Amino acid sequence: MSDLIVTANIENVDDFYAALLDIHDGRSKDESDAINARLILLLANHIGDRDVLTKAMQEATQV
Amino acid sequence: MTKIFEIPMYAYQKSPDQDATVPVRRPVVVIGAGPVGLGVAIDLAQQDVPVVILDDNDKVSFGSRAICFAKRPLEILDRLGCGQPMVDKGVLWNVGKVFFDSDETYKFNLLEEDGHKNPAFINLQQYYFEEYMVNRVRALQAEGKPIELRGKNKVDAVGQHEDHVTIEISTPDGPYILEADYLVACDGANSSIRRMLGLDFEGRVFEDNFLIADVIMEADFPTERWFWFDPPFNRGQSALLHKQPDNVWRIDLQLGWDIDREHEMKHENIIPRLHAMLGEDAKFELEWVSIYTFQCRRMEAFRAGRILFAGDAAHQVSPFGARGANSGLQDTDNLAWKLKLVLDGTAPDALLDTYNDERVYGADENILNSTRSTDFITPKSDTSRIFRNAVLDLAGRHEFARPMVNSGRLSVPCTYDGSSLNGPDDTELPQALRPGSSALDAPLGDGWLLDQLGDKFQMLAIGVEAETGLNACGIDIETITLSPDLHPELAARYLGNAAGAIYLMRPDQHVAARWLDFDKAAVLAALKTATSQGET
Repeated sequence: MSDLIVTANIENVDDFYAALLDIHDGRSKDESDAINARLILLLANHIGDRDVLTKAMQEATQV
Repeated sequence: MTKIFEIPMYAYQKSPDQDATVPVRRPVVVIGAGPVGLGVAIDLAQQDVPVVILDDNDKVSFGSRAICFAKRPLEILDRLGCGQPMVDKGVLWNVGKVFFDSDETYKFNLLEEDGHKNPAFINLQQYYFEEYMVNRVRALQAEGKPIELRGKNKVDAVGQHEDHVTIEISTPDGPYILEADYLVACDGANSSIRRMLGLDFEGRVFEDNFLIADVIMEADFPTERWFWFDPPFNRGQSALLHKQPDNVWRIDLQLGWDIDREHEMKHENIIPRLHAMLGEDAKFELEWVSIYTFQCRRMEAFRAGRILFAGDAAHQVSPFGARGANSGLQDTDNLAWKLKLVLDGTAPDALLDTYNDERVYGADENILNSTRSTDFITPKSDTSRIFRNAVLDLAGRHEFARPMVNSGRLSVPCTYDGSSLNGPDDTELPQALRPGSSALDAPLGDGWLLDQLGDKFQMLAIGVEAETGLNACGIDIETITLSPDLHPELAARYLGNAAGAIYLMRPDQHVAARWLDFDKAAVLAALKTATSQGET
């Protein structure tokens, strides 16, 4: 059973955040939605671990 | 040319039962002469259970309808003595292509495992399927087996009694009444028997319409299953092209919910749609067209007293995945041997409750799979469409996304995990053959293992010494001794790394229980468990 990492885990997080916004820069809402969906699928496959994915989905729906 | 489905195949003939002063009692009456009704009747008659099939029609399926038949149903049909003509006539295929917009996204191969008698799939028009089953009924009659097929016999009413069912029937010669120990309702998604009994049929309605066109054309398309998401010739919708025998091609075009049915059914409106898909120069002739909608639903219970429901009468799925007729034949496979043992008095009536349990489990699996396919093919929200298209975008470039593409998860046999009929397991043996699963085929001498299995309880003694002539509760177990050295493919499938094993097989070729060593008491206890007379 792997746990979802919810402590800081990305180096230079400001750079990452800027890069994430950059890929959406100048895109329409439809293009951005498509990019986000592809990004989620790519990352989900990379993680692979169903427990981690389930916890991430639970976490994302709790606001 | 007159089509096979335009000729009466079982024309009405008056039966002496119609003149009987007291209604004649039959052990089993089957309503509906489609693939499912014919399947259960052939199965029973082969085992010498007298059976009468009633149908309000007298012809085979109008139009091709079900066209895709999977390995497990073909194995069942082999046991019923009519599988080979279907495989001989059918179109074999194992390559599928998926298109998104104008591009081929990827292609898949069903990659069949060698060493099975039957192919993974054949395409065959339902009218041929039913014709070969009717031929089998005729062959059984010629052998003197107790099977009758009565055309133009329409059921008007059924009555449940404690020890029988009464059936009120109308015919061209007027009405008559039959009684049956058990009635099997195989009268399709609009089952009149189900309606007469006022039984529920709950599930999910999919708000969509699909146009089916069977066209006859000489085309050099390969024998592959082609599926389009959002193609230029059917924008925002899906399309399917699949080959059947006799140069008949199945075309399935999604139309959406808000359509004018009458308008869409007109040939002058269908022809341009087909030209847009097949090319302006394509030359074809329409054999059959239909517009269908579908639901994914099932009855709460497939048994109501002495009436048992099978096939579409009991459960309905979307066509994606070929799970309609295929699952209906698995219903009959499950039901026939149980009816026989109960009618013989060698198993209690409670065994019939396990038909409900096991096939409800199978139906739920099919409904789950076909609902998921439908949700992928026709996304129900903006977000689900965004994800669906993202999967299709990625599938062209990345292998990981291809298993997520769902244009129908093709029917695979159901394993009855958790069934009350399952006996002991030994997990050292391969998981694919755990109790509840259907037997895997393997070469055996000049033939096949599955040709040796079915219609009775059997014990496979593979590389293990075992007794012969076992019997309990009036039920015989046939012992089949097999050498792992002589049959390496069989050994690989049934033993894995173990040196030997004992498998107790049910009459429907499903595994009841298995052990590493022979223990007579354990086998007999498992036989009792598998016939609902185990110790609880």
